[in-house]
Amino acid sequence: MNKGKAFIKRLTGYRLFLPLFCLVLVLFSNLIKTPGFFEVTIKNGVLYGYIIDVINRASDLVILAVGMTLVVAASGGTDISVGAVMSVAGAVCCFILSGGQQSVNEFVNPYILGVLAAILAGILCGCFNGFLVAKLKIQPMVATLILFTAGRGIAQLITKGQITYIRVESYKMLGSSIPGIPIPTPVFVALIVVLLTYVLLKKTTLGLYIQTVGINAKASKLMGIKSAMIIFLSYVFCGLCAGISGLVASSRIYSADANNIGLNLELDAILAVALGGNSLAGGKFSLLGSVIGAYTIQALSTTLYAMGVSPDQIPVYKAIVVVVIVALQSTELKRMVSKLQTNVKSGKKVA
Amino acid sequence: MPNEIVLSMKNISKTFPGVRALDHVDFTLRSGEIHALMGENGAGKSTLIKVLTGVEEFESGEIKIEGESQMIINHSPQEAQEHGISTVYQEVNLCPNLSVAENLFIGREPKRAGLIDWKTMNRKAAELLSKLDMNIDVTKALENYSIALQQMIAIARAVDMSAKVLILDEPTSSLDDNEVEKLFRLMKRLKADGVGIIFVTHFLEQVYEVCDKITVLRNGGLVGEYEVEKLPRVQLVAKMMGKDFDDLEAIKKEGKTAGKSSEAVIDTKGIGRQGTIKPYDLQIYKGEVIGLTGLLGSGRSELARSLYGADKPDCGELKVNGKTVVLHTPLDAMMAGMAYLPENRKEEGIVADLSVRENLILALQAKRGMFHPIGSKEQEELANKYVKLLQIKTASLDTPVRSLSGGNQQKVILGRWLLTDPDFLILDEPTRGIDVGTKTEIQKLVVQLAKEGVTVMFISSEIEEMIRTCSRMAVLRDREKVSELMEDELDQNHIMKAIAGGGTDE
Repeated sequence: MNKGKAFIKRLTGYRLFLPLFCLVLVLFSNLIKTPGFFEVTIKNGVLYGYIIDVINRASDLVILAVGMTLVVAASGGTDISVGAVMSVAGAVCCFILSGGQQSVNEFVNPYILGVLAAILAGILCGCFNGFLVAKLKIQPMVATLILFTAGRGIAQLITKGQITYIRVESYKMLGSSIPGIPIPTPVFVALIVVLLTYVLLKKTTLGLYIQTVGINAKASKLMGIKSAMIIFLSYVFCGLCAGISGLVASSRIYSADANNIGLNLELDAILAVALGGNSLAGGKFSLLGSVIGAYTIQALSTTLYAMGVSPDQIPVYKAIVVVVIVALQSTELKRMVSKLQTNVKSGKKVA
Repeated sequence: MPNEIVLSMKNISKTFPGVRALDHVDFTLRSGEIHALMGENGAGKSTLIKVLTGVEEFESGEIKIEGESQMIINHSPQEAQEHGISTVYQEVNLCPNLSVAENLFIGREPKRAGLIDWKTMNRKAAELLSKLDMNIDVTKALENYSIALQQMIAIARAVDMSAKVLILDEPTSSLDDNEVEKLFRLMKRLKADGVGIIFVTHFLEQVYEVCDKITVLRNGGLVGEYEVEKLPRVQLVAKMMGKDFDDLEAIKKEGKTAGKSSEAVIDTKGIGRQGTIKPYDLQIYKGEVIGLTGLLGSGRSELARSLYGADKPDCGELKVNGKTVVLHTPLDAMMAGMAYLPENRKEEGIVADLSVRENLILALQAKRGMFHPIGSKEQEELANKYVKLLQIKTASLDTPVRSLSGGNQQKVILGRWLLTDPDFLILDEPTRGIDVGTKTEIQKLVVQLAKEGVTVMFISSEIEEMIRTCSRMAVLRDREKVSELMEDELDQNHIMKAIAGGGTDE
């Protein structure tokens, strides 16, 4: 009995317990309404089902959330331009591959060139944001607001205001699946980004530095850690992630749709970081927490779709659930509840 | 009226994870009494205050306050205030941009027809302050007045709201002598009015100047309650530290024998920075402890920072070990063998949310570079070594440094720099706000390091401490290095004269 209690205490004390718990809660709520939620079938050699849909569709957001986590941790601010940067990356890639035409049936330039150019575009956007925040000390929200508004315009300029289609099978693979592999490709992309980032944070000291700078920039400067450089790097990395995510999103629709790629995704990315139990004030962070947060958001959307909620009402339900999840993780609420409990207990004794 | 007990705390116990913070502590306060609460850092002073004011909960024991038959438990500082207990902290918790009167009556403004009655408020505020011998313009914003006055205004507010128990938590740390005296006058006045005052401080002198009683805590336990006249200083210190107190004397002797050589580690010519420190020449020799002395704001820290590259100098030449170098950043300075323990521990020293282990290895890590991470095993070994060496009291290496006491936090930062194996160590106020025991340990360590060939620059506001540890001093006044004092000139009189600028009337 006591052992069980100790186990539960240890379990609930684990930092990622609450984010994980919320994800599981959202997923299992389907058992009541949509019993078929966890069914997985194979169609055309690809796994198919709601749960696969969650994992697949969340990939873009997972990649964004990874970059966002580092930005939040290092600078205590958010990069609200990531959605727009995604569309820039998609536009650049399609522009290179189509050679400026509106629709092509085969690559005009090698595929790899388009991918590298898109990633480079993401990195450049990140450099711009990082320069404004780290060097010019502009507030992150304001600094990234520039690309937030201008980014889609730039993407429109590149695509000349048209939707550029790349009607080539191999272009679609990144966003759908590779023949012979049953798991959708975006899942792998997200996995690789998360793993590489994890290794980067652990094998270099970047993770430690980012936390140090986020907690106390003055102290880190005196210890020889270049805080401006670390903050700059975090924005560059976030831009890189947005670039990759933009590639995936563009491949999903085999086109560059400057107005719609990554629309409103920056807000979901910030939410993912928060749902993962990370403080938006910066400092200590958990990469895995943000990843869980991203999956939770997608699980929520898919769950609501599965329940037959109409798309225009989904934001309302999403908002309600998000409020509940955030409240669950609030330490202030926990304190209030425990106070209430002790009050009730002592009240009973008196009675 | 006097001698009536206003506050009694009995058998108070409180445990933090891994630490017994308070162990059956009693504390009694009478009206019209100034009662010092003394103890080293981590002795439990802060915790006792927090328990009393409802910031922390306690596990067992009882608190009684005059006029209330039931024992009370405060759940918040507001509740404590309703019971007549007010606290004024070292940092003034008022709003600098509001007027003095507003600050005095915030949350309880006199009203007329639902609106704030400004006239009455200003009049009442002026009355209140003049009663306490403060005749100032209450309609001016608080920020126009000195920290000392702000603190006194905070006290006036506290007393006006609830006049039974007033807690002053290290109120004098940021005040100069003159201001301290004013504060003491106010305290004595309140005492005469029958207020019971709990005075938490690190300054022994001040305890003997104003207090009637002393309660000493050590390691969470009660050592005892004493009348001030019956407890000589040496004994008080002995009680706080729990051992015989002759360590300070021992240091003095050791310090005088500290080795010296003619090898200049640091040699500056005309280094300065516009607006912070005027150009200065300074030679510092291997294995010496050079002190920087001067009043607050005389440019002590600024000189140190210009050497370290924290504020890059805009003129002059620096030689380290005979070689001319230009230090653009702190990292350059670290590579040249320097280390700098900053003046402000909280803002520039500790990385609060990171663990003791991480805080210890950070500087060494920065020195080694981003792509040469220190392995977890090596981290542990290094951290363990310095926790032991400096006797850092922590539950584990992975405890966030934030939860350590001030003295132990300072030791962690000191350890952080020792880990980088510096040739030239700058210590800016390393003993500020920490307990006597740790102070002594740090002073001993400085002398020891110098013996081992480390060159140390020591900055402190306490002249006594400087005399004990330094072998030479540079004196600063108005952001300028004005003179140097050799070992045989190091006594209070000489130093005071040099600081005050005796040369001007000659």
